[in-house]
Amino acid sequence: MLEIKCPYCGKRSQNEFSYGGDATIKRPKLGEEISTEDWDNFVYYRDNPRGKHSELWHHVSGCRQWFKVSRDTATHEIFDTCKMNEDFNV
Amino acid sequence: MSNNFRTTKSTGLINKDKKINFTFNGTIYHGYEGDTLASALIANGVHLVGRSFKYHRPRGFLGVGVEEPNAMVQLHDGNKSEPNIIATEVELVEGLKAKSQNCWPSVQFDIGEINNVLNRFFPAGFYYKTFMWPKSFWMKIYEPFIRKAAGMGKAPLLPDPDRYEHNYEHCDVLVVGSGPSGLASALAAAKNGARVILAEDKPNFGGSLLTDEVTIGNMSGKEWASDTISQLKSMPNVILKKRSQVFGYYDHNMTVMIERVSDHIENPSKYTPRQRLHYIRAGEVIVSTGSIERPISFGNNDRPGIVLASAAKEYMKVYETLVGKKPIIFTNNDTAYSTALEFIKNDIEPIIVDTRDSSNGELVKEVQQKGISIKFNSGIADTKGHLKINSAIIGKLDSSKESFISEETVECDCICMSGGWTPTVHLSSQAGNKLKFNDDIDAFVPDKKRQKETAIGAANGSFTLNQSLAEGFQVGFDLSNKFTDQNNPTNSPNSNEPSYEKHEKLWCMPLPSGKKPKRFIDFQNDVAVSDVELAIREGFRSIEHVKRYTTLGMAGDQGKTSNLNGLQYVSKIEKKIVPEVGHTTFRPPYTPVTIGAIVGREVGNHYLPTRKSPIHTWHEENNAVFVAAGLWQRPRYYPRGSEDMNSAVNREAANVRKNVGICDVTTLGKIDIKGPDAPEFLNRVYTNAWLKLPVGKARYGVMLREDGMVFDDGTTSRLSENHFHMTTTTAQAANVLSHLEYYLQVVWPDLDVNVLSTTEQWSGIAVAGPKSRDLLSKLFPDVDMSNEGLPFMGLVDSSIDGIKARIYRISFSGELAYEVNVESNYGLYIWKKIMEEGQSFDIQPYGTEALSTLRIEMGHVAGAELDGRTIPFDVGLNSMVSQKKDFIGKRSLSKDAFTESDRQTIVGLVPLDKKTKIPEGSHIIEDNSAVAPIPKLGHVSSSCWSVEYNNPFSIAIIKDGKNKIGKNLYAVSPLKDISIPVEVVSSHYVDPEGSRVRS
Repeated sequence: MLEIKCPYCGKRSQNEFSYGGDATIKRPKLGEEISTEDWDNFVYYRDNPRGKHSELWHHVSGCRQWFKVSRDTATHEIFDTCKMNEDFNV
Repeated sequence: MSNNFRTTKSTGLINKDKKINFTFNGTIYHGYEGDTLASALIANGVHLVGRSFKYHRPRGFLGVGVEEPNAMVQLHDGNKSEPNIIATEVELVEGLKAKSQNCWPSVQFDIGEINNVLNRFFPAGFYYKTFMWPKSFWMKIYEPFIRKAAGMGKAPLLPDPDRYEHNYEHCDVLVVGSGPSGLASALAAAKNGARVILAEDKPNFGGSLLTDEVTIGNMSGKEWASDTISQLKSMPNVILKKRSQVFGYYDHNMTVMIERVSDHIENPSKYTPRQRLHYIRAGEVIVSTGSIERPISFGNNDRPGIVLASAAKEYMKVYETLVGKKPIIFTNNDTAYSTALEFIKNDIEPIIVDTRDSSNGELVKEVQQKGISIKFNSGIADTKGHLKINSAIIGKLDSSKESFISEETVECDCICMSGGWTPTVHLSSQAGNKLKFNDDIDAFVPDKKRQKETAIGAANGSFTLNQSLAEGFQVGFDLSNKFTDQNNPTNSPNSNEPSYEKHEKLWCMPLPSGKKPKRFIDFQNDVAVSDVELAIREGFRSIEHVKRYTTLGMAGDQGKTSNLNGLQYVSKIEKKIVPEVGHTTFRPPYTPVTIGAIVGREVGNHYLPTRKSPIHTWHEENNAVFVAAGLWQRPRYYPRGSEDMNSAVNREAANVRKNVGICDVTTLGKIDIKGPDAPEFLNRVYTNAWLKLPVGKARYGVMLREDGMVFDDGTTSRLSENHFHMTTTTAQAANVLSHLEYYLQVVWPDLDVNVLSTTEQWSGIAVAGPKSRDLLSKLFPDVDMSNEGLPFMGLVDSSIDGIKARIYRISFSGELAYEVNVESNYGLYIWKKIMEEGQSFDIQPYGTEALSTLRIEMGHVAGAELDGRTIPFDVGLNSMVSQKKDFIGKRSLSKDAFTESDRQTIVGLVPLDKKTKIPEGSHIIEDNSAVAPIPKLGHVSSSCWSVEYNNPFSIAIIKDGKNKIGKNLYAVSPLKDISIPVEVVSSHYVDPEGSRVRS
């Protein structure tokens, strides 16, 4: 079980959180013309890197804030966590 | 020979004043307080405890603790029965019942032993080779045969009556194992102010200090251990746990420990858990798990009476028990001589067989000084004795040690063997440590760590006491200082122990001349030297493949005594060094853990939380049959007298159509939405338009996922300019809230909106039916309930008896209907009030079944249609999709596949005979006489008995549905083996114009 540092609450066990996928995905702007390919890339296609991965987590059983986690997908090492409007330090 | 195998020397760990009776295979024996099942059986002269896995060979005890591969027994009977329990880990308790497993009719005479005679037909990989064809034999013949043959214990068929608990702990330093290094590190860390947990698997702290003749400071090792434990006990920052095995090391320094709380207590109190599972998140973990002695492979080295030398010593020095009275010590190193000396102390002269040419170790000299001669340069070639060893063939080794020069038969009743020591690196390996091979000790030791884990003492390959203590004190201080900064180191005391000479790199004896007895490596899985040879001959090179083909090290003991011997043998045949062969990965659990402990208290109704509406007690009092809706318990129907479900549901639904019904809808998700951008936010979340919704009005909304699939629906009302009240389905309430939070926090943080769940703050009561207006007018005389005063989708605030109520004119049943919302605590009061006033209008409560019936015959879609695979156009929600604005998922709706004209769409189905109910999930096909595979047009999502037309009605989603209306098709359910001719009709079966809700 991972130990994740919520930027609002501090370190908590994984079972308080839910995973929210790749944090680098940007939703296309509303009303914007967009090709099917670009839209599919946004909706379906994700990289599956081995190693460092920026991802979203949601503190569902806590403060209910979404935030960013930089995690190694192979070792589960967590390098840093930060609020949505912040950048990772490492 | 007498059956009393007790020593006369008191160890202080066995209480001979407290006799304990127990039963093994139906015979009553006795032992003493402090015994294990293993030590008590051995003390009674019982060595034959079970039959081996594959060949059903008689087996006895090899070890004294967790390393034991053979002595697995079935404990207790009835609902407490437990299979595959290691007898060396069971503390004796009055009335304990144990029996052998994997044998029939008895452990002495086991029919399955025929496998031993037929062993040439059971080589490595025999499953793969033998049972491949014919294919049809697998299910009926081969599998049942293998299951029977490969039997271990029997799982009980009754529910586990015992109580198990979970506990969460945090500490700075967790020390696993209480041998010299573990005690030293715990003491140093605790004295430096760290919060320490010290875990010991056995019932006594001290590890090797309980059995080794050493001194620390001015005390014996055993005294020092007990003194250290009392120091630790007095410190408030220390938790000491014995009978506690740390079996798993997971991510982020999460370790899991199983504590045997009451197995050893004769009459534990009712609420004492049997076992407790501790989740320990430790700042640092010190792995002081010691080492396990290695066996030696030689002919028939698995007979009862052949034990590890260290186990024989521990049986004497802790359990006051002799494994035999005519022992042979067989070793490739010095440590086994301490076992020899212990026998000598008990006036028993052992025969000593040493593979080495000589040794000048202190213990060896001491043995020689006692006048015992040692057979150097010798090995055991073979053994005899069917159910218990009675003699050994001792051979003189030639100079290459590849064969015997001469052989002699020597009587014995036990062999105590030692092939050196294997550090217990399991936890470090589980933690991700890359092990390295230490050539001095011929074993793997922890090297590059990935987590905050430090191995010390024998687990780190440090086999001398001085080294172990020094490492312990140093590491305990260093690691604790990370947390406390107290800078208060504890010095390591002086210690004294005998010096040891080096072991010989020899773990497999040559075969005796002219014979090919089995030389076992893995006792639990019956893997012999010949199996490893065969695997390599057949081309298996990777150690991972050899392991899986032979099953070496894959048994419940995880190869604690066999892995390294297997590796060493592979490296010998392959002429590679061991590190090149590599090692297999250790995985949790280190020792078997009961499922009960893993499940803990989450059994039965505690498996999940139960949510009940504030009106729940009324439902119970009024004979409701409940159904689980997620975590909620909802009334399904309210049977009267001897009514069955169908008649109750039809009565309840018909009463709504005719008079008025009342339904508890508290479980609907409710979300409070506030902020200046709230209308804009709803406009993006829902497919329809929200900006112009007037205050005091509700609107039905549909939300999609980005992939265009319908996610949820519900009504949302505008309470004031910037304040909305959203309702969701019961099932999706939590997901919708997360979804909204995601868009507000991640995607559009610029929107000034807040959302908050208010599901539990409101109690909701639906009042539906043609008489609902009259009833509510009576209840709320101040409110104008007319169609103009409170039109469809309107809402109004009022009160009853001073209790604030919000009345929505919304309908799920398709009838004229209202929903009364009050603060949760008043839900029951208002419900009762409505029931009371409703009597004169023939009010009846209705449950979820009638609720479904009403919505199905009206063609309202719900969860069965909104199953995550349908877009709005599939389920008739076309008018809900705004063409003018963008919203979540809109772009997906214009994708090619989503705009195809013959997509599956929603229709109604009526059976031609107007009688046969169509099972939900049935397939829809055009021609039921066609040959399979028959093209499937779609499926039935919801079915009911239409109370309006008094015949069955179903909703289905079928290919090109809108053009199929009026056609006859078939609904088939292969599971129920039925085929029902049906007519396709509109999904809006009742009141397609929707005039009733607006009446």
